[in-house]
Amino acid sequence: MAVEIDIEHVARLARLALSEEEIGQLREQLPLILEHAAKVGEVAADDVPPTAYAIPRANVYREDDPEPSLPQSEALANAPEQDDGRFKVPRIVEGG
Amino acid sequence: MTDELCDLTGSELAAKIAGGEVSATEIVESSLRRIEAVDDEVRAFLTRTPEVALERAAELDAHRGTGAPQHAVAGIPVALKDVLATQGIRTTCGSLILEEYVPPYECTAWARLSGHGSVLMGKTNCDEFAMGSSNENSAFGPVRNPWDLSRVPGGSSGGSAAAVAAGEVVWALGTDTGGSVRQPASLCGVVGLKPTYGLISRYGLIAFASSLDTVGALTRSVRDAALLLSAIAGKDHRDATSLDESVPDYVGGLDGGVEGLRVGVVAEAFGEGVEPGVSDAVRASIDRLAAMGAVVGDATLPHAEYTLSAYYLIAPSEASSNLARYDGVRYGFRAEGGADSVEMMSLTRGQGFGPEVKRRVMLGTYALSAGYYEAYYGQAQKVRTLIIRDYERMFEDFDLLVSPTSPTTAFPIGAKVDDPLAMYLNDIFTIPANLAGVPAISVPCGLDDAGLPVGLQLTAPVLGERLLLRAANALEGDLGLVLRPPLLTGV
Repeated sequence: MAVEIDIEHVARLARLALSEEEIGQLREQLPLILEHAAKVGEVAADDVPPTAYAIPRANVYREDDPEPSLPQSEALANAPEQDDGRFKVPRIVEGG
Repeated sequence: MTDELCDLTGSELAAKIAGGEVSATEIVESSLRRIEAVDDEVRAFLTRTPEVALERAAELDAHRGTGAPQHAVAGIPVALKDVLATQGIRTTCGSLILEEYVPPYECTAWARLSGHGSVLMGKTNCDEFAMGSSNENSAFGPVRNPWDLSRVPGGSSGGSAAAVAAGEVVWALGTDTGGSVRQPASLCGVVGLKPTYGLISRYGLIAFASSLDTVGALTRSVRDAALLLSAIAGKDHRDATSLDESVPDYVGGLDGGVEGLRVGVVAEAFGEGVEPGVSDAVRASIDRLAAMGAVVGDATLPHAEYTLSAYYLIAPSEASSNLARYDGVRYGFRAEGGADSVEMMSLTRGQGFGPEVKRRVMLGTYALSAGYYEAYYGQAQKVRTLIIRDYERMFEDFDLLVSPTSPTTAFPIGAKVDDPLAMYLNDIFTIPANLAGVPAISVPCGLDDAGLPVGLQLTAPVLGERLLLRAANALEGDLGLVLRPPLLTGV
């Protein structure tokens, strides 16, 4: 089963700027890996339920006691750019 | 050549500290000397913390002078894989994107060890975001195997395994998502324990694949693995998937032997692709288990052939989601020149991630994308159910399962870098335990013809750690291997 993958589209979804060389390599490698991975379809019958976690937990609660959270200065300490107690980023609004 | 203190096990050192024979400072100085002597060649460490270590040791020695009791891990030098967050100490995940990242918080596993007086010697190299089986995916260059510096130490916890094998530290923590503790332990001739999923908190384990990630121990004896596990296991309210189970005494039950234990030999793990040196050593050890009174039989995991396929859908899918946080906004590297935020993020990730991480993020993004989710991720989760059922069926007939840990011994650096599928095959025997959440351990069981270590893997049912460690301890005692990498001759 040959898999056709629009590498550029997937890279946009993943927010990954790739070089032409990387795109070429992935175009070769991903279909091979996926062809192997698609073997899961051979045995995954309709009556087999999926497992997300091997040891299922449900409704894990803790006491609703307030605890100290990270001070603003520490939360910002690793930021590439900050301004006035906030994370600073390039413009977000398109055409703004 | 005389053994240094750092060549002893943690259990031996704890006894010497308790008996007043040695101080924590002497042990830490021994570890520092060894790091100084070999790490330029082994390259196990990304960050060393000698000042903090000596300070800690001095505090412990002063404290011991007061006669107060100390935990068995107190004063013992430890290394942490660099995906475990350490407050105030750089934590890179082997990635350029976190090259300068200094966490403002502490992972629970280390917080517990530290609380017991453990001494941190530094952070160890690993495959980027723990994705790899050879340590060659580190952005900071590969670790080299102390048994043969031209070979890989395995991965992804390669730095931790190599540091323990070379005596740079007495023991280390790693993480295991598809074999990343057990496989490097096997290739470096040390013990590698991956406990039941959720037994050790994942808080502060920087996430790769959340439903599979497990903190694990790399040690030079099974007893040490039991000791470390006892020190860090147990419920943590910061990790909702951590198990709410009381933690038994893992050290106390170690000497029970294997008499009468039903041990199943996994048929699928002795087929094509397994080096003769590996299967010979493992089979000889299985004979030893039988000679000690274990009841050995044939086991089968019928869906074993689908484990790699399922893993390479589930792990990259979870990774593509987990690694979305590295966007150059809150922490980590940010690329220059992005005209808007989306371009900045794409450039940051394109420049900050290495090839294997990109490959897996792409795989995962594709597998989760509209129209493909059911065919890939959904089906892989069903296979996961089938693998869990395989184990449940086997554990009706057997107490433990045995197989090689890895199909090969340590391979030359560069040998598999251009062939992702060949590289992924390294983990074919270790991945099933992650998919099923069951505990497994790799124990050194011999050397191949080239003098490279071979690991044997034992697997137990969920929360079967006591049995697992007991059998591993019996085998280790019976084999009585003296494992000293050639590198240490003359050190």
